[in-house]
Amino acid sequence: MTDKTNITLTINGRDHAIAVEARRTLADAIREDCGQTGTHIGCEHGICGACTVIVDGEPVRSCLMFAVQAADKKIRTVEGLAKDDTLHPMQQAFMDHHGLQCGFCTPGFLMLAVGVLEREPHISDDDLLDVLSSNLCRCTGYANIIKAVRAAAEEMRK
Amino acid sequence: MSAPETKGSGLKWVGRAMRRVEDPALVQGQGRFTADLPATHWVRFVRSPNAAGKIGNIGKPGNAMVITAADLKGVKPITPMLHKFSYKPVAQPILADGVVRYVGEAVAAVVAPSEEEAEDIAELVELAIDETTPVIDARDALKDGAPQIHAVAPGNIILEGKVKTNGFDAIWTSAAKIITIDARSHRQNATPMEARAAHAAYDATSGRVTLTCTTQMPHLMRTAIADVLGMPESDLRVIAPDVGGGFGQKMSLCAEYVVVVWLARKLKSSVAWTEDRRENLIASFHSRDQYITLEAAFDANAKLLALRADVVSNVGAYSCFPTTSGVEPLMAMAEMPGPYDVQQYQCLARGVITNTCTMAAYRGVSRPVITFTLERLMDKAATAFALDPIDIRRRNLIDKFPYKSAMGLEYDEATYKETLEMAVKAIDVPAFRARQIAARAKGQYLGIGFATFSERTGYGSPAFAARGMEITPGWETVILTVDPSGFVEARIGSSPHGQGLRTTLAQIIADEIGVTPDVIKIVHGDTDTSPYGWGTFASRSLVISGGATLIAAQKVRAKLIKIASHMLEVAPDDIVLADGLAKVAGTDRSVTIAKMAREAYTQTHRFKGEIEPGMTETGTYDPPGTFSNACHVAIVEVDIETGHTKIERFLVAEDAGRIINPMIADGQVVGGIAQGIGNALLEEIIYDEGGGILTANLADYMPPTASEMPPVELHHIETPSTQSITKAKGLGEGGCIGAPAAVVNAINDALSPFGVQIDEIPATPQRIRAALRAAEKAARKTA
Repeated sequence: MTDKTNITLTINGRDHAIAVEARRTLADAIREDCGQTGTHIGCEHGICGACTVIVDGEPVRSCLMFAVQAADKKIRTVEGLAKDDTLHPMQQAFMDHHGLQCGFCTPGFLMLAVGVLEREPHISDDDLLDVLSSNLCRCTGYANIIKAVRAAAEEMRK
Repeated sequence: MSAPETKGSGLKWVGRAMRRVEDPALVQGQGRFTADLPATHWVRFVRSPNAAGKIGNIGKPGNAMVITAADLKGVKPITPMLHKFSYKPVAQPILADGVVRYVGEAVAAVVAPSEEEAEDIAELVELAIDETTPVIDARDALKDGAPQIHAVAPGNIILEGKVKTNGFDAIWTSAAKIITIDARSHRQNATPMEARAAHAAYDATSGRVTLTCTTQMPHLMRTAIADVLGMPESDLRVIAPDVGGGFGQKMSLCAEYVVVVWLARKLKSSVAWTEDRRENLIASFHSRDQYITLEAAFDANAKLLALRADVVSNVGAYSCFPTTSGVEPLMAMAEMPGPYDVQQYQCLARGVITNTCTMAAYRGVSRPVITFTLERLMDKAATAFALDPIDIRRRNLIDKFPYKSAMGLEYDEATYKETLEMAVKAIDVPAFRARQIAARAKGQYLGIGFATFSERTGYGSPAFAARGMEITPGWETVILTVDPSGFVEARIGSSPHGQGLRTTLAQIIADEIGVTPDVIKIVHGDTDTSPYGWGTFASRSLVISGGATLIAAQKVRAKLIKIASHMLEVAPDDIVLADGLAKVAGTDRSVTIAKMAREAYTQTHRFKGEIEPGMTETGTYDPPGTFSNACHVAIVEVDIETGHTKIERFLVAEDAGRIINPMIADGQVVGGIAQGIGNALLEEIIYDEGGGILTANLADYMPPTASEMPPVELHHIETPSTQSITKAKGLGEGGCIGAPAAVVNAINDALSPFGVQIDEIPATPQRIRAALRAAEKAARKTA
């Protein structure tokens, strides 16, 4: 399993030419080959969602996708959310509503919420709860995450 | 700096829901966690597939570097010690040596240039293990003829706590009624979202190793690893960078971290290990696996007279360092009587060794289990006396303070009855009862459950010494400096990892020395830059590190006033520190704190030897401890067809003394409740008979998601603590202590028409259905 394939990953608008084994997950490639360690790995079996990134507009679990599958696609990670010195409304809302404690699950929640709201800006509260239930947080008890995402949704619709 | 809400303290920063200074980096992916570091060598542990057996040949593939116990000559085993309770000093080899004692025990360490290669090689390592019969359940381990797991601990008993108050028998025999519960708490894993990880780097210039690891106690890890490896502590630096949750699991010394440091020294290079989730679930620390039989003697008026408890705590294969495996059974024994007035108490608490993963602290330690047991018992007693569950609590909650418990604990003050009444009023019990009756008529089963409890927090070294611990954590030290640029830095021994301590300590300092929090930096988590301290656990950091911070800040304040009185040529009493200035009261004269700080370093001659040069002061605090308290109420609906429980509403009335930052405090409570709900309904580590784990991923071991969380309503009483100099009490654990009892009491209330008793957590759909089926069967028999 050591044959490597040359691919280009486009992360937050920047190209990374890397050589990866076919089995390398997108999560590992983003973190180790491209040095973007803001994306975290919590379970490597697709349950916790800490590794969620946006690929071609869709939130995906980067531990369940191979790096080669993401070649030439547009990948967005937490590092690309803020524009210059201005935080994305979702980042600001997580701070304002205390939607994080240890911060380990936070990048995954941010990318999940941003990805879903860009696709569905008028998502209902029930559907939003369903979507947010796909990631795990062990610190907050979720109430403040939900509050933050609702507040950011309003901001993003402006 | 945003600070939209002020309440309570009347102080300028303390009491505000100030936004956290921790957050900007974390929301931008700029947190720095252990696994983010690159390394030259990666480790994969080969773990035992068997729960018990003798290790034969270990087949190593080709030229691979595979380390086993035979290579670790001179490395001491982990042997925590307790000098009481007939404790047996069970030793844990760093890698299994000769025998394996649980599924997941590390037997060998594979070293390779990448994680993938290390994993590939690990799969090729052949372990020949001659299996022996394991014992998994604690009650089985106590039976005659059970396999003996450690020669040093005959009968598999690692410790035995016994207590019986004078006059117990006479009171017991005078009782009008004895109520009994056989409670069972199944096994849990704390499940921080970041599993364990360690990275050790050797520095050729100094000969030192820097261990970066995900821990709650960096200083003690340094002490412990240096002891085990027999190396000078000064050659080891331990860094706890951003830590992705701990909840107690990251308090204990991990054998894996010792291996990583040993390898870095051997290879004179950098070596890393990142645990995967399966390893975390099977081989990191477990908790809560207990049987408790609790009997209560009541008089004819339902007044509690005496409690008798038998605690059997499954502590797993080894004893955790530093707390030892006494952490659960001894906490159960010490705090079982909880918030109730009862002066007669008998308890036998045993820690029992089994062929399972080692037990260690998990948020709340034994208190979620003892609160569950005692609060279930109070509800049973209410039924037996035909009383309302609220009434029986009213008759028995302590309401005179200070109160000395049957175990000799001093309850300084508490608001048990006040929080109960607050909760009762807020939840509107009569309205609920009416709704419950109406729902039952439609085949819907609603229930309400209460839990009142006491949360011991912020206790110093005497409390740990009372347990006979060889290591008595307790005190904390803070070194506070105003630097020559006028900025403030506090170096702390605590090691926060999500609790927001960098924010709350800045609030305390800001008020004391009259600056804004944005000029204050809190430095923690590096043994080279922070003073020795114990870390963050046991709802202690804000009380103890906060107290040490206040002491240091008071000293800096005194010095600033002295300098200001020199510079402004007025009496010290006329100086007011505020807004970054020392002002002369009633005038417009002032000097900036930055200028005073500069002169404390650069113009010392001006102070005529009356002031020590510089602006650094140290505070150390070792408090007696205090008790927070709360009443939790849950309203649930149980689907009797599926056994599924939905929590409709959850309400908390709590008192944790002065609240430094209400936003952070509420976040701790709600987060704790989520873990308590997991404990009540969902989370269980399940072993099969052979000691294999059936719940080794997050689809089978189920922490709650957003969908399982009810709306949580919080009500506060702020009784300033007299036992804590900041007047704050700890509240990190309360949420998870009360929730299991409240939820399961509510389930039992919902199912009361069926005569069902659920005394087991988690109360899964399977268990609820089994209880309903058994009740139906019994009803058919009598019919």
